[in-house]
Amino acid sequence: MRKIYYRDAIREALDEEMARDPMVMLIGEDMGPNGGTWKENRGLWEKYGDLRLKDSPISESGFVGMCVGMALTGMRPIAKVMFSDFMLVAMDQIANQMAKITYMSGGQKPVPMVLRTTIGLGRASAAQHSQNLNAIIAHFPGLKIAVPSDAYTAKGLLKTAIRDNDPVVVVEHRLHYGQEFEVPDDADENLLLPLGKAAVLHEGGDLTVVTCSAMVAKCVRVARELEKEGVGVEVIDLRTIKPLDRETIIRSVKKTGKLLLVDEGYTSFGITAEIGFSIMQDVFYDLEAPMMRLCAPDVPVPFSPALEKLIVPNESTILEAIRKML
Amino acid sequence: MGLEKDGALARRLYADMVRIRRFEEEVFEFYKCGLMPGLAHLYIGEEAVAAGACAAIRPDDYLSSTHRGHGHLVARGADTKKMMAEILGRRDGYCRGKGGSMHIMDMSLGILGANGIVGGGIPIATGAGYSCKYRGTDQVVLCFFGDGASNEGTFHESINMAAAWDLPVVYIIENNHYGITVNIDRVTKEHDLARRAIGYGIEGYTIDGNDAELVYETVSKAVAHARAGKGPTLIECKTYRQHGHNGNDNGAYRAPGELEYWKSRDPIKLFEEKGCLSESVREELRAAAEEEIREACEFAQASPYPGPEELMQGIFYEA
Repeated sequence: MRKIYYRDAIREALDEEMARDPMVMLIGEDMGPNGGTWKENRGLWEKYGDLRLKDSPISESGFVGMCVGMALTGMRPIAKVMFSDFMLVAMDQIANQMAKITYMSGGQKPVPMVLRTTIGLGRASAAQHSQNLNAIIAHFPGLKIAVPSDAYTAKGLLKTAIRDNDPVVVVEHRLHYGQEFEVPDDADENLLLPLGKAAVLHEGGDLTVVTCSAMVAKCVRVARELEKEGVGVEVIDLRTIKPLDRETIIRSVKKTGKLLLVDEGYTSFGITAEIGFSIMQDVFYDLEAPMMRLCAPDVPVPFSPALEKLIVPNESTILEAIRKML
Repeated sequence: MGLEKDGALARRLYADMVRIRRFEEEVFEFYKCGLMPGLAHLYIGEEAVAAGACAAIRPDDYLSSTHRGHGHLVARGADTKKMMAEILGRRDGYCRGKGGSMHIMDMSLGILGANGIVGGGIPIATGAGYSCKYRGTDQVVLCFFGDGASNEGTFHESINMAAAWDLPVVYIIENNHYGITVNIDRVTKEHDLARRAIGYGIEGYTIDGNDAELVYETVSKAVAHARAGKGPTLIECKTYRQHGHNGNDNGAYRAPGELEYWKSRDPIKLFEEKGCLSESVREELRAAAEEEIREACEFAQASPYPGPEELMQGIFYEA
């Protein structure tokens, strides 16, 4: 066990994969000498040079689309889109090109690229720098989406995504970059966490909580609190939204009979709705209560911290939601 | 420069234009009788651009195409049987019937794909250019798109990056004068689109896109420039879409006399008038094209439709 910053876990993943495969490169805004917006690739520009750590102009469609062209011609590029919100600027390249070329070409070619981006409520960044758009990405056939919840998963999922033959969107959490996490000893250069495999982080028999990204730690803390009262909450970290590990969720819900879905994204038409519905026919007769969800309300993210804090699920709202279901 | 009488280049340029013309005429026939599903964006009238440009690159180079892309692919040497089968939605098509007319790809020929989104292929071509530079090859990329795409943001973003980083990409605007039904002159102030090159710090040329020889010469220069590591070029080929935007469009929006003028400057006719091919050679090349396209049509019609078991295959890559 060692303690590392989340940003350093990402740097380790990038460094190891770039050292391993000369066709891996990273392009995006501030990715060069600045060492990444959150310093998550500090030192790599000096080590690998300007062609492999490329500062882009502010041209999201352009550089995401360029990565598609690189991926089709033998490379494994990584595009970094600073905020999820900016993916909307590049949506044609993401949803019409990157996602679909393999299918549209009759399976002729893989598009082995990664799009790294970030989410993160809680920094007073307002409605265009805070959104969680995981549901939109997950909606498109042809895309995979990984959502690390700590340094260990940030490293392991990114390394797997880089080696994967399909386009993978990796969604990092801005509040995590400067946080230290304990990582197990296997978090070395061989760490590859599979896409489509969730993790049970806290076991319990009374209620299942399915969540991802920064909500995971909050749910685990609540589960530990409730354990003291003798209430068993099982917390599942999705790790990837697509592929979705339905098996792990179904197994847990069959055991507990209760499911709470927690997500930082907007409530309506979000990933919680999809997950709940997609397991409905497998767990319907095992449910002891209706499934519930706790997400950000359907409102553009407000600027004022006084308002923003009201939309982020936190330990007390999670606890309250669980108590209602018990 | 001038073309050598009955020489290999003259034969190639003429043969490719005639092959494209016959291919497109048959596509239109399939469309009219209901055998071609979807939209038929015909390249008739613009053949000199594809023929001239594709003759200027090497087998290991790349190109990106558009929704009006059949001509680029035929000139690049794509298998017209597999093209026609794809256009009819058949299993033996290039994309197993899953892409159709607007999405044909053949990476064995460096064809990065046609594209259903106007301007969508420009960043992809630019990325292929980055890849050539990154891998240290001297390959180049031809990036075809229309006057319509030149008003998309991807055009600006891509050409700016290619210029900044000296990427080996030749950007070819096929100015056929219409974005769907709207004349380019009604939606732009500067009508010579290659002048935009000044703003990116690169060379730009506006040329007669119906002159296959001139297209070949101009693209050859740009390709040599790119291959030498000197960066991109913007070439505007002024040409004309003799058919409508797609098969359903009768072109009622055209100015009086406009179509007749451009038909008098038909690229195949202009080439014949150069006198660089004897009539016997032209006849031989036309007959070969006729035979090739007839075989393509037969192959396509004989090919089965994809089965339901193929529907969900290939969403993700299966090695």
